[in-house]
Amino acid sequence: MSFKTVERKPLSFAERTYVPQILGGLKTTFKKMVKPNETLEYPEARPTIPPGYRGVPTLVKDPNGREKCVSCQLCEFVCPPKAIRIKPGEIPADDPTAHVEKAPQEFDIDMLRCIYCGLCQEVCPEEAIWLQNVFSLSGYTREEMVNNKAKLYELGGTLPDDHYKWDKKKAAEEAGNGGH
Amino acid sequence: MIELYLSLPIWVQASLKGLIAIGLIIPIAGACSLAERKISAWIQGRPGPNRARAWGLGYIPILGPILQRLGVFHLMADGAKFVFKEDVVPGHVNKFYYYLAPLVALVPSLCTIVVVPFGAYFDAATETLKPLILADVDVGILAVFAIGSLSVYSLILAGWASNSKYPFLGGVRASAQLISYELSMTLSVIPVFLWVNAPGPEATLSLFAVVESQSQPGFWGGMWFVFLMPLCAFVFLVSLFAETNRQPFDMPESEADLVGGFHTEYGEFKWSIFFVAEYAHMTIGSGVFVLLFLGGWNPLPWVPLEPLIAGLPVWLGGLIGASVFLGKTFFFIFLFMWVRWTLPRFRYDQVMKLGWQKLLPIAIANVIFYALAIALIERA
Amino acid sequence: MIQPAQPELVTVFIDGQEIAVPKGTNVIEAARMVGTDVPHYCYHPKLSIAGNCRMCLIELGMPMTDRATREPIMDEATGKQKINWIPRPQIGCGTTVAPGMHVKTQSPMVKECREGVMEFLLINHPLDCPICDQAGECKLQEQATGYGRGYSRFIEQKNVKPKRTRLGPRVTLDDERCVLCSRCIRFTQEVAKDDVLGFVDRGSYSTLTCYPGKELENNYSLNTVDICPVGALTSTDFRFKMRVWFLKQTNSICPESSVGVNTVVWSREGVIYRITPRRNDEVNDTWMPDSGRVLYKEVQAENRLQPTGDPASDLLATATRLLQGGAVAVVGSGRSSLEEQFLTAKLARQLHAATFVVGRTGAGDGILISADRNPNTRGALVTGLISEVPGDLAALGREIDAGKVKTVVSVGEDLSAAGLTAEQLAKVAIVYLGSHANATSAAAQVVFPTLTVFEKSGSFINQQFRLQKFASAVPGLTGATDDRVVLDQLVTAVGGESAGSDLVSVWRELAAGIPGLADLTYAKIPDTGLLLADDTWSQLTFPEGESLHHQPAAAETTA
Ligand code: SF4
Ligand code: SF4
Ligand code: SF4
Ligand code: SF4
Ligand code: FES
Repeated sequence: MSFKTVERKPLSFAERTYVPQILGGLKTTFKKMVKPNETLEYPEARPTIPPGYRGVPTLVKDPNGREKCVSCQLCEFVCPPKAIRIKPGEIPADDPTAHVEKAPQEFDIDMLRCIYCGLCQEVCPEEAIWLQNVFSLSGYTREEMVNNKAKLYELGGTLPDDHYKWDKKKAAEEAGNGGH
Repeated sequence: MIELYLSLPIWVQASLKGLIAIGLIIPIAGACSLAERKISAWIQGRPGPNRARAWGLGYIPILGPILQRLGVFHLMADGAKFVFKEDVVPGHVNKFYYYLAPLVALVPSLCTIVVVPFGAYFDAATETLKPLILADVDVGILAVFAIGSLSVYSLILAGWASNSKYPFLGGVRASAQLISYELSMTLSVIPVFLWVNAPGPEATLSLFAVVESQSQPGFWGGMWFVFLMPLCAFVFLVSLFAETNRQPFDMPESEADLVGGFHTEYGEFKWSIFFVAEYAHMTIGSGVFVLLFLGGWNPLPWVPLEPLIAGLPVWLGGLIGASVFLGKTFFFIFLFMWVRWTLPRFRYDQVMKLGWQKLLPIAIANVIFYALAIALIERA
Repeated sequence: MIQPAQPELVTVFIDGQEIAVPKGTNVIEAARMVGTDVPHYCYHPKLSIAGNCRMCLIELGMPMTDRATREPIMDEATGKQKINWIPRPQIGCGTTVAPGMHVKTQSPMVKECREGVMEFLLINHPLDCPICDQAGECKLQEQATGYGRGYSRFIEQKNVKPKRTRLGPRVTLDDERCVLCSRCIRFTQEVAKDDVLGFVDRGSYSTLTCYPGKELENNYSLNTVDICPVGALTSTDFRFKMRVWFLKQTNSICPESSVGVNTVVWSREGVIYRITPRRNDEVNDTWMPDSGRVLYKEVQAENRLQPTGDPASDLLATATRLLQGGAVAVVGSGRSSLEEQFLTAKLARQLHAATFVVGRTGAGDGILISADRNPNTRGALVTGLISEVPGDLAALGREIDAGKVKTVVSVGEDLSAAGLTAEQLAKVAIVYLGSHANATSAAAQVVFPTLTVFEKSGSFINQQFRLQKFASAVPGLTGATDDRVVLDQLVTAVGGESAGSDLVSVWRELAAGIPGLADLTYAKIPDTGLLLADDTWSQLTFPEGESLHHQPAAAETTA
């Protein structure tokens, strides 16, 4: 049997007047009233941002100052509300990172569209886009709410890198096949 | 001062009294609305309104921030907002009654305050205690009930004149509810006056007399009526909640099912008048309860005010008396709010059932009991 | 219409499924016919078979026979002939079907083979997908999804090969991504007949390169980019422009010449990024010339005719006044679609005007560019706009000089480029419909900005009298009007009857008015085109020479 019959005790007289219950309730609310309140008084007080928080998506550089995004446009593809707009471009041949070949010319994230889902961060093969701890954005116009490439790097800063994939690549290119 | 006042023409005196009534009610209502917001906030673990800061006052050191935390400037901003908001009148209303309703709500509250003594001072000339009251009339409580119950018309008018279904339902509920609870309320004060008045031509319904009779020497004489007649006090209190449309009896507003009840179609200043009236109602009701059952301006049971202030200057004694009274009243206002954030709203049928099937029989039985008891005591 | 010869059929069993396929088909194609994909890199249906990638390995079996008696050996259990499975896997591309042949494409052994091949291919493959233009249409990526290990067991240093190498003016090579399938080499040898590519070095050091001192610069070089299964060969023009998965594909026809190469136009949000060939075994196989791939740049060209800002009704009123003045000549175009030519002819009939079409010839390359550079000369014949193979406008010039023509309507043709002098142009009022500015539009009294072939829909008839349709890939320039609409408005303005300018209505008229097109609608034209009867024009001499899948009529008769 999926249900159970619950024995209900008949109410006592005092219970039927509701008075003890009401007094009990008053006691509870009074206790709540004298307790310090729970509200975090933003903006004077700021919440502590836990690790893994999904704030505003930003672009990051590696510790050597190389922009990590190679404009593969996977984030643009995966972004559910189509908030990301990328214009891919080629890195000029005289650039120290010319071996990476590709970097975004323009990179816009429309924060009026972004839903902070974090899929861009998840899909990025270069670990270049991160939802970091910025959670408060405002602007007076729609244009102001579009983060361009410069703004994204300003917000993103530098994050540690586990791989240095492109530096290794360059070293290998310079060493050639001589190792064999 | 007094002489100057008494020498003024009667209509000037009347106008002054009226101004005093307005000057009392409106700030109290404002303070109540702020208190309501603060108390609800505290009970819910919030700080409540504390952001607004007026340009001048807010920058006074120490005091400014305190006022800001208390939300005083919100109160001012709210007031200003109500005055300056666009006066929107829906096209489908009956204009005349629509405008009349808030006035009908406000006027009885302003009138009743006139007959409620809010303190007492020691008159050295007659060596007696005199009430601090705008109009010391003998009908006292009767005037309060008579005028106070007029306010139901404002709800009915508002509900009907709005010409839309939710206000209409609110109006209907209001009339039914107020009529039901008025009965119990009136019945619940009869024992008090039976006790106060010895049989004979000197009988009075004056609220001052009720307090006086709680300030007598001796065990019975100094006892507050709340101890003597707890059931009366209880019935009166419950009816008071219902009469003032406060939670858990706020059927006429009941925003969960009626949007805004009778004031759904009202906005800006007209709406605020309804609220001033509601808070005034609450204040006066609390005051009357204090006078009837809690010894008025007597600081403690069996400790009457008179000997305490006999030697003091008139203004100081009056101030003490008024403070004690207002203190008790404010506690009751607080109780109203406290209950509001504790109990959920009744269903309409529960309200009716409670009024007619529980409260009314209790009140009637109570009257009969006390009538017999008092008769027996008098006989003895 | 010509019926293809019925090929001889062979019955084979692919994964137990019986199917009759034409004799000579290989296993990959046979499997395709039952809807099974046999992964492959080096095989290409239009190139010779090299069999060097080993991705297409399958299991092969033949019905068992007794060696001595040639009697079939039966399986007792099933009552069928036993199959003699070859113990080693065979390549599907190099195996031609034989009667009764059995093939397993999904067996554990086949799967293991594919996984093995994939692992070897990926050993030295760079982790370039994020910056690789092929990503999204890369065979290696696709097969890695199906047969990849998901991680690498190879901990040694990967090979280093040249990257970002310029192979020619239009092709960039990344050797590290090359899977050594040799498709590009075979293409340059067999189709482009310009043998410049080859491998040097051995084993995993093998590297694709150009013959020293040469470049991959023939007009078909970009086909190597198309057929390269990976991102080794990339188009310099398209490089890093846009990811392929964002691009919308629209079937189109190349307007470069009367070959009528079938193409796909790749666009995103109204911007065209590239044009690639679309397979049509009767016209262009899977190829197209490089020169046709850049034509999309016309859409956003500097000299695009912009709307002047005059209300369209004013333009129309002026044009109507000019046309009603009489003495009109109409210059139609071999670049207009069939529908537009039909409406042009209708306008000319309404005005009782003489019609001309400008002939445009160049050298044919014998492959996919023909001598007639009008994509739709045959359309002008079919619609009755002209009855001769078009030449120059000398006749029109003479009439202008004689004062017989006062107004010329030009549908996208630059009259001065076609031989009229400036004085002759000055003598007449010109009504010009076109997409780009030129001397004629500058001299014209009324200019209607119209659309390019990528912005409108219609059809062309190519040198084989094959009716082929193209669809609009991108929305038209703001303010420019479809040629069909303008022509239809002009017809109405000069008192003709309009049946509507949309494709359906025009085709209703076409089907009713032109015998060769009876019962046809635009929707009925197949994607690979429809061959029309050409007997009416068999005595005309067209400028085209021989090209892929086309023998000029004269050559046929002599042969
Ligand atoms: S941020 Fe990452 S996913 Fe987005 S384009 Fe750049 S590399 Fe690709
Ligand atoms: S967080 Fe989500 S919505 Fe925002 S840019 Fe990234 S993918 Fe788009
Ligand atoms: S060729 Fe294919 S697998 Fe290799 S990097 Fe390019 S997309 Fe990736
Ligand atoms: S470049 Fe491409 S087509 Fe040429 S051999 Fe390498 S993988 Fe094959
Ligand atoms: S496709 Fe058969 S070996 Fe490459």
